[in-house]
Amino acid sequence: MAFLAVAIIAWLALYNLLNPAAEALVATLPIDRNSHLGGALQFFFYDTPKVLMLLTGVVFVMGMINSYFTPERTRALLAGRSEGAANVMAATLGIVTPFCSCSAVPLFIGFVQAGVPLGVTFSFLISAPMVNEVALTLLFGLFGWKVALLYLGLGLSVAIVAGWTIGRLKMEAHLEDWVRDMPKMSAGFDAGQVTLADRVEAGFAAVRQIVGKVWPYILAGIAIGAVIHGYVPQDFMASFMGREAWWSVPLAVLLGVPMYTNAAGIIPIVQALLVKGAALGTVLAFMMSVIALSLPEMIILRKVLKVRLIATFAAVVACGILLVGFVFNAVL
Amino acid sequence: MDIKVLGTGCANCKNTLALIDQVARDKGVAVALTKVEDIKDIMAYGVMSTPAVVINGKVVHAGGVPSREKIAQWLMV
Repeated sequence: MAFLAVAIIAWLALYNLLNPAAEALVATLPIDRNSHLGGALQFFFYDTPKVLMLLTGVVFVMGMINSYFTPERTRALLAGRSEGAANVMAATLGIVTPFCSCSAVPLFIGFVQAGVPLGVTFSFLISAPMVNEVALTLLFGLFGWKVALLYLGLGLSVAIVAGWTIGRLKMEAHLEDWVRDMPKMSAGFDAGQVTLADRVEAGFAAVRQIVGKVWPYILAGIAIGAVIHGYVPQDFMASFMGREAWWSVPLAVLLGVPMYTNAAGIIPIVQALLVKGAALGTVLAFMMSVIALSLPEMIILRKVLKVRLIATFAAVVACGILLVGFVFNAVL
Repeated sequence: MDIKVLGTGCANCKNTLALIDQVARDKGVAVALTKVEDIKDIMAYGVMSTPAVVINGKVVHAGGVPSREKIAQWLMV
């Protein structure tokens, strides 16, 4: 407990020092602060530690929270519920349940096997990678809390509505045969004794695993973002990613599909695009598409789903994202 | 001791396998280490998150790379 308090205070103190430190660092370099290079360097030196610190803090806390929501417990919570409310629950649980894309298939089968409806399973599967602590932290750090909240709300909505729609389409026949033929099992779980020390340990483990994995992406993303910041002329993006170009939203979604990166790599780039005049709706649609509709994930899911169900899944999610993009561009 | 690592072939699964192998070597414990990659076989163990570790037919761990200490504990039994 005392250790946690000290850690929090140290974290806050360091965090408040970042901007002056970055300014001072750039000032010592023989570069004009107002030049392109100066602007790019300031952005890089300030945003990199800021985002990494935010991420470390949030991932640590989420690591502790995650230890309450194992996939087994989530499944037990969802099994046997009817659709509708269960879609909402599944999407929300997707935020807090630890999930790695390599677990998508076992998770999917585990859910279906325990009697979680197909549409509810999809709500979870869409929300879990798309709406997660890494994406939300980066959005908060680089765009502010409003955009982070909007992304949270819209990401959940896409997951809920898309899952519900897939449920309505009654696609159970398009599961691979061996999945349907697997014996049904009950969704009981056995939690064992977990102490606070275990949860703190889980927090550290999450930091090691997640921050350890995503920091190169963030660094690369911010570096590219810094170049865009310093060198790309203002309003350059407005011409083809701006609000007037209606086709930019579908184009952004299409471009996102073959791109395989995580939220960590894409958000810093997206932020720089936004500053240069790209429309927020277009940019959010691009982000969601990169994260939620990835080709490699679909190839993994092909082991359990027939092509028609995968196509339906991709189409429904793409429509949801398109809608988000258009609504945003129209409203803001 | 018969140890199986369940996983569809992601990086974490490979790390788990390598780590167990290393700890077993350090401790001088003889283990028969195998990797289960077929998704049907993985599901037969009833786990939902990979990598998972099965020792002598019993699932002892699921979801994430186990810590060195945990592995050492399993090997001591």
